[in-house]
Amino acid sequence: MAGEPGNFANRWKRFSDWDERPLRLDKFAIEDAENGFASFASRHDPKPGLTVAAGGVETMDGTGAPDFDMIDAFIARYHIDPEIAPEAMAMPSHEIARMLVDMNVPRSELVRLAHGMTPAKLAEVVAELSTLEIAFAYSKMRARKTPGNQAHVTNAKDDPLQMAADAATAVAFGFDEVETTMRVARNAWSNAVACAVGASVGRWGTLFQCSSEEAEELRIGMAGFTSYAETVSVYGTEKSFIDGDDTPWSKAFLAAAYASRGIKMRCTSGAGSELLMGFHEKKSLLYLEARCLCLQRAMGVQGTQNGGIDGAPITCTVPGGMRELMAENLIAVWLDLECASGNDARPTESEIRVGAKIMPFLIAGSDLICSGFGSILAYDNSFNPSLLNGEELEDYLVLQRDFEADGGLTPVEETRVLALRTRAVEAISAVLEELGLGQPTDDMKASVVAASGSDETRSYLPRDAALISESIKERAITVIDVIKALATRGFEEEAENLLKLVRLRVSGDYLQTSAVVRDGRVLSAINDPNDYLGPGTGYRVSKARRDEIVAIRDVLTREEVLRAESVHKAAEGKRITYRTMGPAAGGNDPNEVVIGISPAFGVKLFQTVAGHPLSAILRELIAGIKAEGGRARVVRMKHTADTSFLGLSAARIAGSGVGIGIQAKGTAVIHHKDRLPHNNLELFSNSPITRLEHYRRMGANAALYARGKLPEPVVVPMRGEAMGSRYHARVSLIYAIETDMTAEGAAPEEVEIAFLGQGA
Amino acid sequence: MSEDRLTIGDYPLAEKRPEIVRGKRGKGLDEITLDAVLEDRVALEDLRITARALRQQAEIARAAGRETLAENFERAAELVEVPQDTIMRVYELLRPGRAQAKGALLAAATELREQHGANIMAAFVEEAAAVYERRGLFKKRF
Repeated sequence: MAGEPGNFANRWKRFSDWDERPLRLDKFAIEDAENGFASFASRHDPKPGLTVAAGGVETMDGTGAPDFDMIDAFIARYHIDPEIAPEAMAMPSHEIARMLVDMNVPRSELVRLAHGMTPAKLAEVVAELSTLEIAFAYSKMRARKTPGNQAHVTNAKDDPLQMAADAATAVAFGFDEVETTMRVARNAWSNAVACAVGASVGRWGTLFQCSSEEAEELRIGMAGFTSYAETVSVYGTEKSFIDGDDTPWSKAFLAAAYASRGIKMRCTSGAGSELLMGFHEKKSLLYLEARCLCLQRAMGVQGTQNGGIDGAPITCTVPGGMRELMAENLIAVWLDLECASGNDARPTESEIRVGAKIMPFLIAGSDLICSGFGSILAYDNSFNPSLLNGEELEDYLVLQRDFEADGGLTPVEETRVLALRTRAVEAISAVLEELGLGQPTDDMKASVVAASGSDETRSYLPRDAALISESIKERAITVIDVIKALATRGFEEEAENLLKLVRLRVSGDYLQTSAVVRDGRVLSAINDPNDYLGPGTGYRVSKARRDEIVAIRDVLTREEVLRAESVHKAAEGKRITYRTMGPAAGGNDPNEVVIGISPAFGVKLFQTVAGHPLSAILRELIAGIKAEGGRARVVRMKHTADTSFLGLSAARIAGSGVGIGIQAKGTAVIHHKDRLPHNNLELFSNSPITRLEHYRRMGANAALYARGKLPEPVVVPMRGEAMGSRYHARVSLIYAIETDMTAEGAAPEEVEIAFLGQGA
Repeated sequence: MSEDRLTIGDYPLAEKRPEIVRGKRGKGLDEITLDAVLEDRVALEDLRITARALRQQAEIARAAGRETLAENFERAAELVEVPQDTIMRVYELLRPGRAQAKGALLAAATELREQHGANIMAAFVEEAAAVYERRGLFKKRF
């Protein structure tokens, strides 16, 4: 056979099938610590250790003070608490790991111990935990009790109208923070103004940032348009840090600068950045990240955007990569930092991996579950597609409902979204006009309001945005000018909302750890601390919040099902009549096949789940029986609505001993009088895909069985559709109507049917 | 400050202690209204954080066990009155390779201390200068 191509397969074709799946677009890397591809452990990771003398830290994780690089030096100086360190470092790592998952050990005790632990120690402890334990510990250790979420709001054209509409939409869905960035750097000011205006529509309190160059970002913040920043990146090796064009001191200076301007700030770090930058020092991803996180606490920032971030895709190529991302997030919250927990840069083409990635965070909760969630379509995401984007937002809403988990979002009705988008577009247009920045036409506005993404808009292009942006910057327009413009043009509510947001700066309350604004109040780790100590404590979804979460659209009700049936009733009335003839007796004709119809068949229910009128079903069954020389008799069963028993009861009174049982929803069976109830001749259980021809062949086969033949069973082809998810809710409601009509011991009734109209 | 040390019970200040929250020109939160903005009684200046507010938040952070966050707020308090250009200049100088020698950073520290009374921040910059010297950061990068 060798040498004969095509004669035998040299491959199991399933592999070819797998090759076609989106998963295979993901590339995976071999574990190779020497080249930086190791998630939890490398032989080059130092062993935890610390010695402290009167002058401060003498050695840390195997390095003496004279050899400290900048990161070591900063951590030793500002993170390590010499009062706690001897106690914390002496505790066995597995013991601390057990404390992390012990609901009886309060968060505060673990936070205290972390102040005395080195990066290698923190990494060693969390590496002891399984993925499930990491998720649980995360839930227990995160700083603020109430979970939240962050959105990306960007578009491929940097169109300010769409920016405003999408910001208002994100706010409506409940995001606590909105982050924007630009395709073209000089459009920063236009983006910032548009998002600030859009985010003030509907409610106030959504914090807003415009990710741009450090100096520019601070200037935009100073002009009052933004309320937080998170682009202050730190790295776990000195060389990466220097290539990132900063040092721990320059970043800490910047952190203080942001606070001095009343702007909330968090740093950014994530596994894989050192690997991508080529300076990983052969250390594991987790160890390097532990250094980044200790550094951030040392700098005195309130929080971190952490969990791979731009390095998430490379981290997810390594064994244990997703677990590592969770582990670094755990270190972040253990260090008492607000955690915007990644789940942003999309690390995979596989929707299954996407869903799996988000799940632990959805159920554990997080200060900001995504950092951020692409509230716009993937192609409009100027950061790059997020783990979840506008396309998948409803999937996420349903996951919240499935697990009764608060993912920070709330379903919004279509009409409300449209109203808010219209309002946002009108508001930003008014601001542009009032400040002499632009004159959006009605067509531009209308196209944006309805657009799902920028492909569908006829509005501003990047060059238009650049002109607007540069004008805002050159004329030194501030948030005060925008507030005035809004109020002057009748958008008082939006003007108020924007003013309230800027006013947060005066008290600085929102600079504290994990601060967001909910219902007009600053909520942070101070006044909403995570107090988890077991079931009944910590964050619980309240009754009111649950009501919001479960209110997704297009939910089926019994009333809706009955309403639909009443429409079909009229149509069926013109096609068929059912005449009750009294109790059905046993038949004698050896060719007789009895069709046992269910209690509601043609009485309250009039079409199958597949949408076939019940008259047509009966017509086909009868025609099929006749075609093979059988005689059909229709009997209504009143004691049961179950397919098997409908069929068996029909068979028992049929002259041939063969019967068909059929429910109104279209599920059917061919039965024989001597068989056990659930051991039938043929079952047609997939009513949604059962076509009229199948019913005809069902009738024919029944007649053949009646004559003692063994026909080829009818196979209803099915392609693996998840039929249960599409039909079960409706089917259960329909079936309940059937069972409601059954009466115990009720005798079968003879039914005389007459077809009306065409083909009667 | 004459009042007792603030604790977490005073937080959020805007809600619990509005009487001690004042903008840069002394305006209270209830004076910062839309009408006041429209009548030009409130300007951007009134919406800036003050050194006092940052020190109050530092007290609260410290009471909540967040020493390093409190220290950041205290450093920030010193920068409130430092002009934006100066801040960006010192930040730039702290970036790797911008200062060609330790002296440039020490001069910036002196400026912060003497012209802006930013003593903590000055010491912080001096500390950076020492570490940069030891780690060889005073070299040309571009």
